[in-house]
Formats: sequence, structure tokens, C-alpha cells
Amino acid sequence: MTGEELIWRIAGGSGDGIDSTSQNFTKALMRTGLDVFTHRHYPSRIRGGHTYVEVRAADHAVKSRGDGYDFLLALGDSFARNPQDGEAYYGNEEVKPLTENLDELREGGVIVYDEGLLDTDEVEDFDERVEENDWHVYPLDLRSLAREHGREIMRNTAGVAATAALIDMDTEIFEELMADTMSGEMLETNVEVLEEAHAEVSEMEFTHDLEVPTGSHNEEQVLLNGSHSVAYGAIDEGCRFIAGYPMTPWTDVFTIMTQHLPSIGGISEQVEDEIAAASLAIGASHAGVKAMSGSSGGGFALMSEPLGLAEMTETPLVLVEAMRAGPSTGMPTKPEQGDLEHILYTSQGDSNRVVFAPGTVAEAYEQSREAFRVAYEYQIPVVIVIDQKLSGELASVPASHFDREPNPDLGSVLSEEEIAEAPHHASGTFNRFRHDPEDGVSPRSIPGQKDGRFLATGNEHTPQGHIEESPDNRVAQVDRRTRKLESIRSDLDDKEHSNQTYYGPEDAEHGILVWGSQQGSVEEAVDRLNEQGESVKMLGVSDLMPYPKEDVTAFLESVDECLVVEMNITAQFRGLTQKELGRFGEKMSSLLKYNGNPFEPAEVVEGFDIQVNGGDEPPTAQTRIEPAAGD
Amino acid sequence: MSKSFSAIGQAAQGEEIDREAFTPGIEPQATWCPGCGDFSVLKALKGAMPEVGRTPDETLLVTGIGCSGKLNSYFESYGMHSIHGRSLPIARAAKLANPGLEVIAAGGDGDGYGIGGNHFMHTARENHDMTYIVFNNEIFGLTKGQTSPTSPKGHESKTQPHGSAKDPIRPLSLALTSGASYIARTAAVNPRQATEILTEAIEHDGFAHVDFLTQCPTWNKDAKQYVPYTDVQDSEEFDFDVHDRQEAAEMMHETEDKLYEGEVLTGRFYIDEERRSYGEEKRSTGEMSEEPLAERYFDAEADWERSYDLLDAHK
Repeated sequence: MTGEELIWRIAGGSGDGIDSTSQNFTKALMRTGLDVFTHRHYPSRIRGGHTYVEVRAADHAVKSRGDGYDFLLALGDSFARNPQDGEAYYGNEEVKPLTENLDELREGGVIVYDEGLLDTDEVEDFDERVEENDWHVYPLDLRSLAREHGREIMRNTAGVAATAALIDMDTEIFEELMADTMSGEMLETNVEVLEEAHAEVSEMEFTHDLEVPTGSHNEEQVLLNGSHSVAYGAIDEGCRFIAGYPMTPWTDVFTIMTQHLPSIGGISEQVEDEIAAASLAIGASHAGVKAMSGSSGGGFALMSEPLGLAEMTETPLVLVEAMRAGPSTGMPTKPEQGDLEHILYTSQGDSNRVVFAPGTVAEAYEQSREAFRVAYEYQIPVVIVIDQKLSGELASVPASHFDREPNPDLGSVLSEEEIAEAPHHASGTFNRFRHDPEDGVSPRSIPGQKDGRFLATGNEHTPQGHIEESPDNRVAQVDRRTRKLESIRSDLDDKEHSNQTYYGPEDAEHGILVWGSQQGSVEEAVDRLNEQGESVKMLGVSDLMPYPKEDVTAFLESVDECLVVEMNITAQFRGLTQKELGRFGEKMSSLLKYNGNPFEPAEVVEGFDIQVNGGDEPPTAQTRIEPAAGD
Repeated sequence: MSKSFSAIGQAAQGEEIDREAFTPGIEPQATWCPGCGDFSVLKALKGAMPEVGRTPDETLLVTGIGCSGKLNSYFESYGMHSIHGRSLPIARAAKLANPGLEVIAAGGDGDGYGIGGNHFMHTARENHDMTYIVFNNEIFGLTKGQTSPTSPKGHESKTQPHGSAKDPIRPLSLALTSGASYIARTAAVNPRQATEILTEAIEHDGFAHVDFLTQCPTWNKDAKQYVPYTDVQDSEEFDFDVHDRQEAAEMMHETEDKLYEGEVLTGRFYIDEERRSYGEEKRSTGEMSEEPLAERYFDAEADWERSYDLLDAHK
């Protein structure tokens, strides 16, 4: 077993506390000085069904889930039992935590299972597989242990204690974490369950050689997910208004914002539908507040119309699109990158919006800030694209990453003194939508400001905002609004730090292009490939509109061939790249996956191998290669 | 109010407000048909504003789409001519963002009771402090005469050639059950009452719904469709307490039935002065600050919390 990393998986039923238990465990590992990363797998139901969370911890940076894992804590699905029956009902649901997880457990791995709820006799070929893979199995009656010292639901705590004993971790760190979130009798009994289980398991004879790695951080770390990062970026950039309607996985961003906004002077509104949600954000922004809304695929579809209104009225707006597998309601709790074209092109007319797709939890913070800056400086809607993976995965990030000054600046808004100086129509009406600004941005006034009156309309309009369809005015307004995208592109290009992420040796022969949440897995794959003697580098593209033509052109020119990795069947990002650059069709092939699970690094390694060294279809049906043009 | 929104409260400081202040200096040629009831809404609104004591700069008028949506073009104030059915969510957020603004939303019967029906229900339910004027002419005008949610049963149009099989919507009753705290109906043919009702509605603290009967001389051929009318407050025939929910409900039902029998009843139908507006509710539970949020962005002294200070839970 490697002493450098540990991948622990907790499996059971939804509603059994798998998520919160894994979060505490992850945090405990982070506090010991390790870098951590989690992967969540859960069904779209409230209780029961098979769910697991994988926690990867290492003494070096971890950017994705691993391939396989070392330690399975299999809890039973307590809610699959009929409470009327009193005693446990060992149906198929009950053995799922064992059957569904064995395939990925590494050789030499450890299994702790709740023998109070699970029966290995019901698991086909269990003993054979254990022997074959040299697994070390520790049946523990976690349920009885929990009942004896507390309540049955505390099986998780007993399981964590067992894990700690088996990998030689101190329980003190867990007690501290419990004290952060519980108190009174709840805390006492949980601590008792923890200590008793730990003591009991510590006395057992261990046959495995698995250990928790040791590490140390130079600086303080925090554990958070992509949704937190987006929310915190918004807060730091002065966003104080959010409106939304719950939809997985967007709900995370919405609830995090809602938990914080009222206490920091902001407003959160849960409203009747997504059209209303985006419209409220427009109303608040029009009235001079930094505002956001968002949804997931189906809800974002409803926002198409308000999105266009924001574009036409040049009202700053930030929308989050947390993608999940589609079409329609698709797979609510599974990630996919299938909404890209929907986000780029939704809404009528020659419309412009800005689209950012952060690649990691840390990047989500920066690009969320960037989204607000661009939206308010350029008076344009900005969409932040994340997905179910990035939205929910937890990663350790240095706390200092968030230690920055807030920016409540409203962008291109005039003060009353400036309005008084600004050009007005002879009638006294403020020229809100002037034809002439070079960068396309005509500064705005805010309702309530003296002499700043104007009409914001979704119809084509004059500089004062009045409906007007004359050809000259139309051309001047379209040209000006379109110029904004060029201005934004040169603004982004001029910045010291590009939103794009370069990874791997600069002079590598081969390239991998990736966007959004798959970036971490690709970075890991790039490391492994280079270790294997390949010569490969990565470009993670975060600016999807306006597209970073120069960055991507230079990257593609510098490599012999390039693999484009994305989670959809139609190679949407590769299509966008070809459309934007007008060439490189013969250099780019695609590695695609759309089965509801994100890429694992090994799949990227394998896909690269097939692309570069030839060969047939991937050995599993889980990924697909789309060859380059002419191949 | 701070200097950043100095237009807010200007009238209260003794500045005279003239109804002409609400006439745009560059008024585009009105595109409403001759004889259209929409002219009366515009006139009544312009008449109400000086009564309320609000200036164009502190007023935000949000409209939907259609003939009614063009109200913005002929009314001088801050404005947003938005999209079909969506004026209410835009308007209510603006009010939450800056409670100092006088927020008025307007739209047609298709806009408000059809495509925007969901927003109507929820805005009334939340009792936002704003006024909503629905131009009710029982027809889709700008799209050239299709059946609307308030068209009478049996109404024939190009989209309902067999005559509408649907009963019309009951806007007053819908507003009441949804939670509106001021509900009135007036008619274009009664300019004095219309101005009075709009004045009251705008002054009301809460969601004021005004169903404004406007004739459509082009698509509903009988341009005098709402004449004669009866003002329920002026008539001895009707005796009900506008503050009593039950009595108001019965009166509304009667009114809504009678409209299609040719008897037009107008006036105030329900007034609840006790119910707190949504903004007040939110402020009282601590869900919203007492300070107008929009003001903070212009206040150089304002404190802006940082996410770094929220990170304890993540350590």
C-alpha cells in the first residue's frame, strides 16, 4: 500500500448521514496536514438507494478522485427496512453498499462492514473475491455498538471510529469536529460511541498494512466545494441580492448565499419560478444592487427570455448554470457538460453574453469575482458554468486564497454629479444608450438619481431608451453592443492572470484541451503520462465567450495533436473551438464520456494512449473516442 | 436619504409637482389607436402622481409587452419596458433593492392574468408595496385580436373560431385569494374615479391591484363596452364593507358575473390597511436590513463583509 495517499469510501443509503460523516472525516484528514478531495455519488431520492462519498487524502496536491480506492466503510441502508417489521429486513437494498462498491476496491484494500445490517452470504462470490484481491475484511456490528452507547443513527460515528482505529488516527480530532457542530446530549453520546468503538476495534488484530499518510501544510487550509467558492466570490465582489428556485445542483449556491446574505445586509428571495428568479435579479440590478440568479439546465432554459432582456437593456446580471445530465430533467444528481451550447446560444437574436467555466474549486472563486466585475463594468449578462461535480466536490484550499479586499464598485454607473455633466437630450432626458462609446459601454444611471431618467426596453431603442426601429439607429446600437465583447476580450487578454490554466511541460509534443470540472482529472492524467515517458501538456479553457482565440491558437500550434476531453456525446467544446478558430479540425480528436460519472484520470490516460498510439475502441464502454477530421 | 438618490423625497421637501412633469419632452407619437382606453390610463396616472407627491425621478414604472407596455413611452419617469408577463418580478425586486422608489407595474390582461398569472398570484401573496395596473380590455390588441383570459365565454376570434369554451378569469377574486391588500376596478370611461383610485392605490402600503377596464375600439368593436358603469361606493344599491374580506369576496363575485351581463361595477372592492407589506415583514424578521440596500453602493463609508471572515466553518 502506498504511504502517500489514502482513498476512503463510505457507502450506504441516502439519508443515513453519509454526506455529513464524510465531510467531518475529510476535514479531520485535512487537519492532520493532508490535501483532500472528495467525490460524491448519490441517487435522486431523499432516503435509501445507494450512495457513496470517496475521500482522497495525500501528502501532495490532490486534484481529482483516484482510480479505485483503498478503504470501504459499508454501512447498511437503514431506511430500506420496513420500520413496521421491527427487526432489520435484509433485502437487496441492504447489501448494495457491499455489492456496488467492490469492483473499484484496490488489491490489498480494507473492508469494514456493518454486520448488524449486511450479510456477506448474500453477496455473490464474496469470499472468493476477498481472497483473490487480498482484501482485509473486518465485520463489525456497528448498529449494536451505536445502540448500546447511543442511538442507531450513530452507526456512522462508530464506523468512523473503526476507520480511525484501523489506520491509526487519534479520535481527539473527531471529537473536536463534533463539538463544532453538536452540543449537549447529542455530543456526549456521539463521543461515547466514538470512544467505545475506537477502543473495541483497537483491540482487534489487524492483518492489513494500510496507514493514513502524514503531511503538513505550510499555511491554513479550508475545506469547501465549488458552490461555496462561487458564493464567496460573489460576496467578495459585492453581490448582495440573489433570487432563485431550487433545482439540483444549483440549489447549493442558492442556499449558501441565502445563509449569509441577510446577516451581511443582503437580500435573498426564493420565488415562484426561474423566469421570476432571473427577472428579480434584473430588477435589483436595475435599481443599483449587485445581483445574481441561476439554475440548472431545465431552470436555466426558463431564463432564456430574461437573459435576452438583460442583454438588450444592458442590465448587469450574473447567472450560475450548474449543469447536470440532460436533456429535460435528465439525471438530477449526475454530472454532464451537455449544456454548453444551450448556455452559449440560448435567447433570441444576435445576443452577447459572457461565459466563464472555472475548472477547480479554487478557480470558481476567482471567476465568480471576475463574472461580477465584467457584468457591471460592461453591463452585460455573465454566466458562470459549473456542474454537479464541481458544485459538490470538497477540496482543501489555502485560506489565504480568499483573503482579498471586497469590491462593491458598481462599474459603469454615474454619480449624480456625473449625471449632471453627462449628455442629455434637449428634452432633459439622460442619454443612457449613447451610440458613441468606443468600448461599447454607455454609463448608466440608477432610478432615484436626479435627472438620470431613462427607459430600459427590450425593444430596439434610441439613446434615451425610446423604442425606435430606424435603420441607422439599429445599426449603431447593434454595433455598439457587439463592440463590448471585443472590449471584454482585450480586457481579459491584458490581465496579468489569464483565466486559462496551463499544465505540464511547455515544450510537450501533445496537448489535451479541457474545460470546466474535468480539469483536475486531466492534470493528474498529464502527470501520469509524462511519468510514463509521454510528452503532454494541458490547456484548461475557462473563457468560453468571448473565446480566448489567441491562447488556444498558440496552444494548438505548439502541439502535434490534441485530445479534447469533455462530458457529453456531441463534442460541444471541440465544436466551439473549431467554430471560433476556423481550423485545427485535423489536430483535435475527442475523448467523451456521458454515463453520469466524471472522468477518472486513468480513463484520460487510456484515451490519450489510443489517440496517440493508435488502437481500438476503449476497453470499456464508458468513454468514447471521436477521431479528428480526416482520420 | 443620502445624496446619491437625491430625487427620492424631493417632493416632500416642498418641491411642486406638476402633472406635466410626467409628460416626456420627446414624447413619441402615441401608437395607440384613436379612441383607445389606454389614453385614459396614462391621463389618470399623470393626474395621480402630483396627488401622491412623487416626482418622475423617484418613480419606476415597469411594464410588460403589448399596447399597455407602451405606457412607458408616454410617461416620463425611470422605466423598464420588459417582457411579456414579467413586469411584477422585476418591479418587486427593484422595490426591495430601494424601498424609497415609487414602484408601479402595468400590463394588459393577457400579460398579467395569462402569461404572468403565476407572478400575479405570488406578488399579491407576498404583498409587495407597489401598484399594479392591469389594462383589461378583454382582448389581445397588439397581436391583432385574439381571445384573452378575460374575454367572455363564447368569444369568437381567429384563435377561437368556435367561440371560447373557457370562462373568463376573475381577476379581483384572484387578487383577493392571493393576498392583495388593495383591490379596485375602475374604467377608462370614468377619469375622475380612475385618478382617485390610482392615487389611493399608489399611496397604499402593500400590493395594490387595479383592474382598469379599457375599451379596445379596434378589436373589441364596441368602443363603449364599459358604459354605463356604476360606482359601487356611490350607489345606494351596494352596501358592503371594503375592509371585510367575506363581504368583499361576495361583492367581487357579483361584480365579475355582472361584467359579462353588461353591468359594469367599479370602485374599491377590498382594502386591508393592517396587513404589513412584504418589505416590512422581511425587515421585522431580520431577513432584510432597515437601510435601503441600493444606498450602500454609493456610501464610501459602508462596511463590506468579506468571505474570508466567513471561513471558520470550513477550517
